[in-house]
Amino acid sequence: MNEHVKGPSAPRTLPRESATFDAYTLSEIRRAAATGIYDIRGAGAKRKLPHFDDLLFLGASMSRYPLEGYREKCGTGVVLGDRFAKKPIELKIPITIAGMSFGSLSGPAKEALGRGASAMGTSTTTGDGGMTPEERGHSTKLVYQYLPSRYGMNPDDLRKADAIEVVVGQGAKPGGGGMLLGQKISPRVAKMRTLPEGIDQRSACRHPDWTGPDDLEIKIEELREITDWEKPIYVKVGAARPYYDTALAVKSGADVVVVDGMQGGTAATQEVFIENVGIPTLAAVHQAVKALQDLGMHRKVQLIVSGGIRNGADVAKALALGADAVAIGTAALVALGDNDPRWDAEYEALGTKAGAYDDWHEGRDPAGITTQDPELMKRLDPEIAGRRLANYLSVMTLEAQTIARACGKSHVHNLEPEDLVALTIEAAAMANVPLAGTNWIPGKTGF
Amino acid sequence: MNASTQSHSFDLSTAKVRDLNAALHALKEGSNASLWRVSNPRGLHALAAGLDAPVTVEIDGPVGYYCAGMNKQATVIVRGNAGVGIGENMMSGRIEVEGDASQAAGATAHGGLLFIRGQAGARCGISMKGVDIVVGGSVGHMSAFMAQAGTLTVLGDAGEALGDSIYEARLYVRGSVKSLGADCVEKEMRDEHKAQVFEKLKAAGLEGQVDPSEFKRYGSARTLYHFHVDNASAY
Ligand SMILES: Cc1cc2nc3c(=O)[nH]c(=O)nc-3n(C[C@H](O)[C@H](O)[C@H](O)COP(=O)(O)O)c2cc1C
Repeated sequence: MNEHVKGPSAPRTLPRESATFDAYTLSEIRRAAATGIYDIRGAGAKRKLPHFDDLLFLGASMSRYPLEGYREKCGTGVVLGDRFAKKPIELKIPITIAGMSFGSLSGPAKEALGRGASAMGTSTTTGDGGMTPEERGHSTKLVYQYLPSRYGMNPDDLRKADAIEVVVGQGAKPGGGGMLLGQKISPRVAKMRTLPEGIDQRSACRHPDWTGPDDLEIKIEELREITDWEKPIYVKVGAARPYYDTALAVKSGADVVVVDGMQGGTAATQEVFIENVGIPTLAAVHQAVKALQDLGMHRKVQLIVSGGIRNGADVAKALALGADAVAIGTAALVALGDNDPRWDAEYEALGTKAGAYDDWHEGRDPAGITTQDPELMKRLDPEIAGRRLANYLSVMTLEAQTIARACGKSHVHNLEPEDLVALTIEAAAMANVPLAGTNWIPGKTGF
Repeated sequence: MNASTQSHSFDLSTAKVRDLNAALHALKEGSNASLWRVSNPRGLHALAAGLDAPVTVEIDGPVGYYCAGMNKQATVIVRGNAGVGIGENMMSGRIEVEGDASQAAGATAHGGLLFIRGQAGARCGISMKGVDIVVGGSVGHMSAFMAQAGTLTVLGDAGEALGDSIYEARLYVRGSVKSLGADCVEKEMRDEHKAQVFEKLKAAGLEGQVDPSEFKRYGSARTLYHFHVDNASAY
């Protein structure tokens, strides 16, 4: 009776891969079993997360008048740090270049960032590892990071900076310190950091001389005293508890708060950290804005949002939710030439492919950006790469203006949550805007 | 008026910290060496922070956090106790505390001499990057944590986890060490090290008062310099 279910032609189910134990997970188990050490990589969270893609603008309609594209002005300027600083920073566009260390990036890559940003009237930021003359020389506005490691920290560079950013955390790794592996600790990097050459270096995750907001307030007072109250002081946090972190940064005397979501890039961190700690950028913006509003400090203390900003729509959405500016890291590197398919053969030789390459810590970047190898570094022409970055920043700005005009705004800062709806319930709840086609904001009273 | 003997006084019961620091910052390099006497510091923060001139500042009483932070060139003398982070990130010059110092004294400092006559709290010399620190009394736990370069000379005892994750800094302790941190080991005290201790004691004005050969030397075993499976418990 059952003979037709036997033999080679018998029906059988297809081989089924597990959604839980998918191919990537299996490869990671095998890698861990073979090496005994966690995976370290660059870039941000790669899993799919609720993001700005889940928001839409409504545009103008009967009750809202659009502005004429190309004719009616739509401002993009932003002033950062006018709460306490005598010399606030004035930017022409609301897109800044995030802190990326010399060490993780080559000297020419830092120079290219400075050239591109300066051409567009915006700022760049140093990183863990100090300020290089290339970077200072090519950035008209340079933000100097004050990190737990304090590598290369000195009062002369502090005074040369246009603003100071106290880094409490990064979105890719809230609660984690930096890493720079031996391959990238060249003689120059080692000297700047006062470290032996070629060691695998771990940066501290906690500031050495302050803990908590009460201390931070005194630390900020000291930095202001040293720089005669001239420089804006930013406080950067990884998105974890953005409501409280923003409120505490304001209480500590920050002029500007930077909130970096979990998609935010890193030069080198444990994969498990990148993918599992922190909250998405989308979920952080509203919380940070709410904290500023509750304190009556929205637009008085400026908010910069970063983590996965890719285009003018992302910029416009972050601003509409209440941010004053955004910062970009990964996208800026891609604009310079990172992960470019023209290097595909070399990416393959490294066991990866263009678009997926994230072993930035190994210093073998075919595009010559995340490296200290003199030969690879030469591949990046800082002038051409700077030009590409300027072009890209210009496109993002034009895109954000296009959206703002469509919403009838004469300045990108006039975009507001009212202009937005969400495509998913998650995004509606996180961004505190209604689900498209409804007036439902999950979690709001009355529903 | 003879500039070399010029002395100024600043009473912080009436003047503001901002006024004091602004006046001290206005001194340019090459300006006549002068003496600044500061009274009634009352534990105020960031006193004499960010100096960059060869002046002497004498503070008559206790100071708060980050006194003489990021100091360059100046000599700052505290006739009292010091709060958190005295001389943090100092680059050069000399800082002297006549009393005790709180946590993180000399944190991340790159150069110059920090001399604490009394005791120092936890994390003394944390992440130090080239400074010389001399402590007349004892230092608290986690001192010289991640210390990168420079010397820490302690005439008394050291608390728990001395030199945890230390790089190339040299630690000299005369008394007992409660425990050593990860990758910190005792090292042989050779003549060159005794000479170095002598030199630091001399810089602090303590030469002849203690015998350099009473000190033990501690430094990095350098086993954590490279990520390695066998070190996993230390990460
Ligand atoms: C190569 C690289 C190096 C970085 N280095 C630092 C750093 O030194 N300090 C810091 O605060 N953030 C650092 N970051 C994080 C960025 O400042 C920023 O938060 C992040 O890149 C923003 O997210 P995005 O990459 O999605 O634009 C680094 C990021 C990258 C990609």
